[in-house]
Amino acid sequence: MPMFENLMIMAVDMSAVSPVRLLTIFVLGIYIGVEVIAKIPPTLHTPLMSGSNAISGITLIGAILSAGQGNVVTMKILGGIAVAFAMINVVGGFLVTHRMLGMFQKKK
Amino acid sequence: MISAELIDLAYLVASVLFIMALKGLTHPRYAVRGNLYGAIGMLIATVATMLAADLDFTWIIIGMVVGTAAGIWYAVKTKMTAMPQLVALLNGYGGGSSLLVAGVELAMRPDTPPMELIATAASGLIGAVTFSGSFVAYAKLEEMKIARDLRLPGQQAINGLLVVLCLAASVGLYLQPHWIALYWLIVVLSLVLGFFLVIGIGGADMPVVISLLNSYSGMAAAATGFVLSNNVLIISGALVGASGIILTQIMCVAMNRSLSNVLFGASGGGSAAFSKQEVDAVYATVKSTSPEEVAMMLEVASRVVIIPGYGMAVSQAQHAVSDLTEALMERQITVEFGIHPVAGRMPGHMNVLLAEADIPYELLKEMDEINSTMEQCDVAIVLGANDVVNPVARQASNSPIAGMPIINVDKARTVIIIKRSLSPGFAQIPNPLFAAENSLMLYGDGRHAIVEILNALQGK
Repeated sequence: MPMFENLMIMAVDMSAVSPVRLLTIFVLGIYIGVEVIAKIPPTLHTPLMSGSNAISGITLIGAILSAGQGNVVTMKILGGIAVAFAMINVVGGFLVTHRMLGMFQKKK
Repeated sequence: MISAELIDLAYLVASVLFIMALKGLTHPRYAVRGNLYGAIGMLIATVATMLAADLDFTWIIIGMVVGTAAGIWYAVKTKMTAMPQLVALLNGYGGGSSLLVAGVELAMRPDTPPMELIATAASGLIGAVTFSGSFVAYAKLEEMKIARDLRLPGQQAINGLLVVLCLAASVGLYLQPHWIALYWLIVVLSLVLGFFLVIGIGGADMPVVISLLNSYSGMAAAATGFVLSNNVLIISGALVGASGIILTQIMCVAMNRSLSNVLFGASGGGSAAFSKQEVDAVYATVKSTSPEEVAMMLEVASRVVIIPGYGMAVSQAQHAVSDLTEALMERQITVEFGIHPVAGRMPGHMNVLLAEADIPYELLKEMDEINSTMEQCDVAIVLGANDVVNPVARQASNSPIAGMPIINVDKARTVIIIKRSLSPGFAQIPNPLFAAENSLMLYGDGRHAIVEILNALQGK
């Protein structure tokens, strides 16, 4: 599969991204996070925690790659467990946040 | 399969949606929509990843089915009072996922660049501490017997040694990337470290611990992002990390304690144990009251403030409180709630419970706001709170809670304290508020007491 090989080369290239560039993204991310989250009222701090849990479930995409690539079965199983863990975060996090936020809505 | 540019574009869209999700939480009105943005962002990132490479879907699908089922079960079955436990568990799973991904990545890539090795070790360390720490926090919040406060002699030295060993193993991994066992050694050591870090921390300090673990779960995700050179992981991890740090900071300020004091200091005020005589002296002038008497006082009041604490969660009193609030408001009595930042077991715990019971969030006032009007309060009802209303915090400088900001209920004309007994709160110190001239104790279970007051009020 030539396209796949192409992609692998790109992926290798991407891993050669200077660590400083990744650090730049990280620091800017923290900065945005602080700016946005400092404005969240204490009333919504519990949904903030469960919602941010759901967002940290983004490790799901790393887990998908772990579980789906390579041909060592042990690694795939570990990847599968990682997918399950991350999925609990994503599904459980967004759902329970939705449930909680529904209670903060104005009652008709 | 789609091009790498397109995938990166999808990740960019997902990152923006995550930021919008958090921004939505700045007001209850936009929060539900924000949460949906977050979920859509996650869907976009996931689909893009699945199209990114030629994947074997067997274990992906198994993992997804199991995780989705468990996630739904947790989200639907968890009671609002048990929300701290759920958040603790979710933190743990996030950390666990990060450490597994970093481990698999290390094993699959023969030539891991040096910088990625550092990120891998960080991911293993933070992920494992989050994983075991969160499950201990869960057990403590569930009040399981195995999770009693435990501090071995020389606990700090043991923790320090574990950290040193972790760092040594990380250096070893950096020098010998092929010794993958070193990575799992880091993980095992960190699991033990996470266990010890949380097992010694008492219940009322849980808001700090959960906030901190929340931050760690984000940091672990970000570290995994560095391992995979993946922007969306780094951005999301940074957002969650920042969120946890801010909450931790707010909780520490609300207890007037430093983070290291919470993590390593004596839990509660065990050092300042009071003798029975001292306690009796403080409580010499305690007066008790009855639900009927409280109802009479409420009838003639024009402004009532309710200060809930963990006791309200334990007795599941929020619905009874809601009924009482409604009955008082029907009588044109102003009702407000004074919420201390560390009331309960996690940030915002009380707010969620009161929202569950349909109490409008406009009635919920933050500590500073309610304190500025406490003198105009006719009746203050303290429901299952203790240390956060202890006036000792304002005076005695040698007290474990000295300098902690409190809700000044003692400034109200009359204070009703609903409590099972005069037993001390988490800080293990007597509360002179109970014996103050304008204070009356109403002994009993929180929910039961509120229901009886309501019945008396309605002449039942």
